[in-house]
Amino acid sequence: MRRVQSLLLILLAWTAGLSSTAGAAPTPEPSIPQVLRWANDAEGGAPYIFHPAEQPDQLVGFEVELAQALCDRLGCQSRFVQFNWANLIPGLRQGGNFDIIIAALERTPENLAQVAMSRPYFTFGQQLVTRASDTGIRTLGDLAGRRIGVLASTLSHRLATRQPGLEVRVYDENVNYFRDLELGRIDAVLTDSPIATINLQGRPQLRRAGPAFAPSHYAIAVPLGSDRLLFHINAALGDLIHNGTLERIYQRYQLWDAAQAGLASWKPEPHETTPAAGPATTIAPNGTRPSPSTGLTLVTETSGSFGISGAIGATSTAEPTAVGGSVAPRPKAGLGRTLRYLPILLEAAITTLWVTLASMTLAMTCGLGLALSRCYGTPALRRTAIVYIEVFRGTPLLLQLYFIYFGLAQALGWNLPAGAAAVLTLGLNYAANEAENLRAGLEAVPRGQTEAAMALGLSPALTLRRVVLPQALRISLPGITNDLIALFKDSSIVSVIGLVELTKEFLIRSLDAGDYLGLGILTAAIYLAMGHAASAAARALERRLQP
Amino acid sequence: MIEIVGLRKRFGSVTVLDGIDHHQEAGEVVALIGPSGCGKSTLLRCLNWLETPDSGSLHLGDVRIEAGTPQATDRALRQRLRRRTGMIFQQFNLFPHRTALENVMEAPLHVDRVPDAEAREQAMDLLSKVGLADRAHHRPSQLSGGQQQRVAIARALAMKPQILLCDEPTSALDPELRGEVLSVLARLADEGMTLLLVTHELNFARDIAHRVVFIDGGRVVATGPTRAVLDQPEHPRLREFLGLGRRTAIA
Repeated sequence: MRRVQSLLLILLAWTAGLSSTAGAAPTPEPSIPQVLRWANDAEGGAPYIFHPAEQPDQLVGFEVELAQALCDRLGCQSRFVQFNWANLIPGLRQGGNFDIIIAALERTPENLAQVAMSRPYFTFGQQLVTRASDTGIRTLGDLAGRRIGVLASTLSHRLATRQPGLEVRVYDENVNYFRDLELGRIDAVLTDSPIATINLQGRPQLRRAGPAFAPSHYAIAVPLGSDRLLFHINAALGDLIHNGTLERIYQRYQLWDAAQAGLASWKPEPHETTPAAGPATTIAPNGTRPSPSTGLTLVTETSGSFGISGAIGATSTAEPTAVGGSVAPRPKAGLGRTLRYLPILLEAAITTLWVTLASMTLAMTCGLGLALSRCYGTPALRRTAIVYIEVFRGTPLLLQLYFIYFGLAQALGWNLPAGAAAVLTLGLNYAANEAENLRAGLEAVPRGQTEAAMALGLSPALTLRRVVLPQALRISLPGITNDLIALFKDSSIVSVIGLVELTKEFLIRSLDAGDYLGLGILTAAIYLAMGHAASAAARALERRLQP
Repeated sequence: MIEIVGLRKRFGSVTVLDGIDHHQEAGEVVALIGPSGCGKSTLLRCLNWLETPDSGSLHLGDVRIEAGTPQATDRALRQRLRRRTGMIFQQFNLFPHRTALENVMEAPLHVDRVPDAEAREQAMDLLSKVGLADRAHHRPSQLSGGQQQRVAIARALAMKPQILLCDEPTSALDPELRGEVLSVLARLADEGMTLLLVTHELNFARDIAHRVVFIDGGRVVATGPTRAVLDQPEHPRLREFLGLGRRTAIA
């Protein structure tokens, strides 16, 4: 009972602490670490960061190669950190998980207010894409009253929101809005020009609507105040631009053009950091966006999969297979091809498994404390348990996760690792459910059982442990098993704070492989197997407790 | 051996025990009889503090508790009292998740911390004594009601109580199963066990009880040697209870 009380006290302390406005601890200024941890979201897809369908265990993309080249230049080791794209900037500001972001972050005043940014490593424009049949659309203004798809938290998103009369659909990744556009679910996509380029390949029913506009840059983000790290990154990036390394990387992905050549002469000018407010500004018309004649062509390889091959000819030194196979249309997915993803998915399932089991352990421990408080506690303890249960049962899990992962770091400086935050959130949330399951069990044990135990001289603690709890557990077990299986699935929510568990891995891989069906079935099978193991274990336990 | 003075108990506005006095010697077998709701079960449950009396005193062996005083809330004292009493319930109340043997071993193992082997041997002896050695590894759900009640008796005896409190031990049983339980209790009585039983089996009471206490309205209305109370009842309520009242009225 005392344990329960102290747990509840800790919870109260949180709530009290959160209302005070303790600032997050200032990040000490890093110079160049031995291992530079750079964050990106592998769901970003080609050409930025992706797993080629032919080699699913490899991570490629121009940002991956840029990160490697940069670290080579800086003389440090490179380590990739997977992080949900929409949370990259909060994650960097919070610190602890990674040192820099190389993830197509735009060099905009909005971003510069939150993080420090390097000189640009890529120039791009905003490209409007529509169905080929919609020839009347050339600018955002032509889309009044129609639906447009954008990537969350991007310049495209802001521009689309600023344009009156548009119905904006926000996506979490870069590929599915093209599918939806083909299917007629939306009428246009506004996206960064390289994304448009790679995704228009093999989609003859889509077209570019008008020239690219609103030129902007991708730059590397470092925490505010990390001046020395930023200085070294800028110097190294300058070297990569001037010595041709950047050009060689971009050539491999057919991204090199006149606009990228202009990166060498980039100067940080005040107007340059302000994005053009509207569609008026276009990138210099000559060669800044790949025209069909100089762009990518699709070739069919002997393996039967499609790849982007170097149609630019002599300038391309890429091995086609290294970047191929990541854009639609997809080759027919065979069983063998799908099964190649099994080890990768199984590895992600281990994350799902430990997050689930650790969370359930925490949930059962706290849930038992809550149930005992509610059934046998003092009035104050009873009320506290009821409030806890109502709060955790009555608010969304996602909200609780953000609260614990980002909120506690902001308010109290409790910078929890993602895994700990995930287990804590799921555990505390499910504790409310398990408390109610266990209460139902405790209340269902006949009063005569307690009386018989007491009459034999068993202390209240022994009576609870030896007589009441085993019987209560058996009654509660079906409900608890339900929750355990639900938790296997609910644990996928932790991908928003950067854990790659089974569902996230499925999302990343299905995007790369273009195979939602095969990988979907494979993923579902793994979930089913884990769920089945859980219910089999529960049945065995139930048999053991069976009267 | 056992001495109760002025025991009172109220449930809300209802007075269930209205000043009960009772004295019982070691080895004495006493049957508590009376109409339903007269307070006889409550009296029994007050003797091991499953119900807390409001006032009165209880003296059992070396344990003495004055109800209604701070001392009466002392958990250790209550444990000592329970340690000296065994209780047989109408509904048996065996632990359904444990075998017959485990039910019998439970209290010696965890309350008295008797070594496992010793507790097991003693429990097997007790099960043999109630004729259930061959059912030692059965769960309660695999036993008949009569067998369950016999296991419950063995479980209570395992703590070597000074007095065995039996709360209508055969009321939940079919007539054909009552005999086996009653014969176990009769044998205990023969061996000199102190028994206080609430029962409706007047023939059984006549066979084994040395004394009968008739309770009505929370008071002891009549008490005395078994044959005197049951065969020559004088008090009108007792005559009525025994089904003699009307006959005398007709006669």
